[in-house]
Amino acid sequence: MSARVVIVGAGLHGCSAAVHLSAQGHRVTVIDKAYAGRHASGVNAGGVRRLGRHPAEIPLAMAAWERWQRMAEVVGDDCGFRPVGQIKVAESDADLEALTGRERQVRSLGFDHEYLITRDELCKRVPALSPHCPGGLACDGDGYANPYRTVTAWRRQAQRQGVSFHEGVTVTGLEAHGSGWQVQAGRHRFSADILINCAGAWAGTLCQWLGEPVPLVAEAPMLMITERLKPFLGPVIGATSRPLSFKQFENGTVLIGGGVRGEVDSRRQVAETCLGGLAENADTVVSLFPFMHEARIVRTWAGIEAVMPDQIPVLSRSSTSASVIHAFGFSAHGFQLSPISGEIVADLAMEREPAYPIKPFSITRFQGHRSSG
Amino acid sequence: MTTHDLVILGSGPAGMAAAATAVTHGIKPVVVDEQPAPGGQIYRSIESTPVKERRILGEDYWQGKALIDGLGDPRIDYRPGTTLWQLTRRLEVGLLRGEQASMIRARHVILAHGAMERPFPIPGWTLPGVMTAGSGQILLKSAGLAPSAPVVLAGCGPLLLLLAVQYLRAGIPIAALLDTTSTGHYRDALRLLPGALRSAGTLFKGVGLLAELRRAGVRHVRHVTALEAQGDERLERIRWQCGDGAEWHYLSTPLLLLHQGVVPNTQVTRALDCTHDWDERQLAWHPRTDPWLATDVEGVAVAGDAGGIVGAKASAIQGRLAGLGAAMALGRAGEEQTRKEVKRLRRDLARETAIRPFLDVLYRPAAHWRLPEDDTLVCRCEEVTAGELRRMADQGCRGPNQTKSFTRCGMGPCQGRMCGLTVSELLADANGQSVAETGYYRLRPPFKPITLGQLATAAEDASR
Repeated sequence: MSARVVIVGAGLHGCSAAVHLSAQGHRVTVIDKAYAGRHASGVNAGGVRRLGRHPAEIPLAMAAWERWQRMAEVVGDDCGFRPVGQIKVAESDADLEALTGRERQVRSLGFDHEYLITRDELCKRVPALSPHCPGGLACDGDGYANPYRTVTAWRRQAQRQGVSFHEGVTVTGLEAHGSGWQVQAGRHRFSADILINCAGAWAGTLCQWLGEPVPLVAEAPMLMITERLKPFLGPVIGATSRPLSFKQFENGTVLIGGGVRGEVDSRRQVAETCLGGLAENADTVVSLFPFMHEARIVRTWAGIEAVMPDQIPVLSRSSTSASVIHAFGFSAHGFQLSPISGEIVADLAMEREPAYPIKPFSITRFQGHRSSG
Repeated sequence: MTTHDLVILGSGPAGMAAAATAVTHGIKPVVVDEQPAPGGQIYRSIESTPVKERRILGEDYWQGKALIDGLGDPRIDYRPGTTLWQLTRRLEVGLLRGEQASMIRARHVILAHGAMERPFPIPGWTLPGVMTAGSGQILLKSAGLAPSAPVVLAGCGPLLLLLAVQYLRAGIPIAALLDTTSTGHYRDALRLLPGALRSAGTLFKGVGLLAELRRAGVRHVRHVTALEAQGDERLERIRWQCGDGAEWHYLSTPLLLLHQGVVPNTQVTRALDCTHDWDERQLAWHPRTDPWLATDVEGVAVAGDAGGIVGAKASAIQGRLAGLGAAMALGRAGEEQTRKEVKRLRRDLARETAIRPFLDVLYRPAAHWRLPEDDTLVCRCEEVTAGELRRMADQGCRGPNQTKSFTRCGMGPCQGRMCGLTVSELLADANGQSVAETGYYRLRPPFKPITLGQLATAAEDASR
């Protein structure tokens, strides 16, 4: 039977859910208060990363990685995916010890995608790196893709499958209607058998209305990009004990980020960059790649992202309504998971058992949380 | 981080006048300017220009001397050679001088950083040997540098005529002056002539420039409707047409100077997310301001051409108004005390700007000079053509931030300064929507590129 599905939020996860649900013959409508990929989905660092994932996310990240290999089949575009590998470098012996522990932990969970590399091997793979780094943890086949291109590919695929998008439309209220919902969005009204909450940093409002408040915080991870430099870097580089994500694109520009936060201006719904974190990031880069001292930054920016206190998403059925599914709070590392989150949402919506362990992502883990609003 | 009552960006007519007004009310302003010497574009290098013969650059130029002398007041903290690379809505000001980046805080900011030349995207405009008339004038004023071979000037607007006359007086050969002013505009502008007569002085100066060119026998080609720069590695020749289907004229030249007017430089007001309006008469974005020239961002005012093209004299008047506005905002002057002066300034401003509607209509670049054909480059940094942007519009891109994400248009080192207007107008045209609906790039710091090393030094200031 074909259900009427309303998805709130045209980010990566909303669009992915739209693709998977429409492929199964459901009538899907996506509503977004701005446009597809306006915030975190469109302006993130584009890391396609299994390396360093929270243990609960590893099975999902492995499955998503398999989808990334054939994105062109899934959404009609490779999304700029380049499997150049990722390496987390140790800057000290203490860092190296932490990475050794991590390798052991991943193996004990039955995975072997992350493995230690020696100082010599690191030097061979990243010749531009400062020689003080004693080793690293590598994950071959990880890499990066182009975020805006990716969210657009998902949206277009959804549109090809008949999904209708309403951009610039803000949800203003929910009303239970039989077993489904009436979604009020200003003067628009949408009827839904199933409602899907992919509203990212704005997902908390819906949870509130549903009587299951969550301790979601809107944050603004910052990024900066350099002018074009001559090619010097293959894999994506991260640090062990400081925030860093560092990659060079094919056009020569270098993207720097990794978790330093700007400020969210909630009234204007924009993210602002802050000097402190950018300078800290600059300092990290210069200490790892001394020649970058002279590299010119041409642009800095930040995107608004939902972060949960335990740094893993909410990906589950609602605890208060059988016809609501949540997928939000990816805590600044949801980009890589987007191909799989939509599959899981589709399974949950159709009351099928998802093929992956998702218990840790249940919204019930926040039961008893009182909203500060 | 030290805090200052007033930070003024730019030491052109508006910035200098604002600073002079502020000190009379007991304010010690900081004046920041990227250039090594005061004067802005109009009075550039007045103290050091090697062009000593006064009649070459003209009396209007030398009039700037009085304002520049005022900047020597010891109560003004004038910082030349200093780049603004960041300004936040909390009025934290990021500065860069040499290798040293620093942060200061302001209670009030006056943005007086002026105008920039409107993009003039013709086929071949990125070839070495094709420059803007503005840069030609900078070289003349600051270094006395002039082309040795005959030069071609093309486009429209007062600056183009002025540069032609300045070259003429300096003995620089002009191979041709190609005028792109649309035929019908002379008639339309004529209707506005009575109003323009209120600033008769400016009007007569313009007429005088034209007469001087005519007397000198400069080849002045009017009604040019198409223009191309050609050459393999660099500019070798140009060709033009006067009318659709008319014959092409060819001319060999190593240097082509292009100009089709100036527009406000809105990089900073955009980055602050001030509200901007599209001015259909000036075909440009203007930050929205109140009668005191204050924007809708608390504590930030815009004076001079940065807020809408008004010219040098009106810019200085606006600078004074904004200076008074700052004094009132900082509690250094009351409304009573300034009423008479404000009344006089507003009257002067009305007189000095009376000619604008006439000039705006006469020198309004025709659509085909602003919306290039498919093969022409729009974004020079990332090499994006007009055709690519039109394709993006076909695929559903409504605004410049979407085409940016798809094509990198506007993401190079100039951060859209050179292509922004063209992209907004082109997408508006392709989508059949207004420019106001289409919008402009969301801009982010740094306003000018900053090295990672410099950024790291600024952190120390920010944390203090």
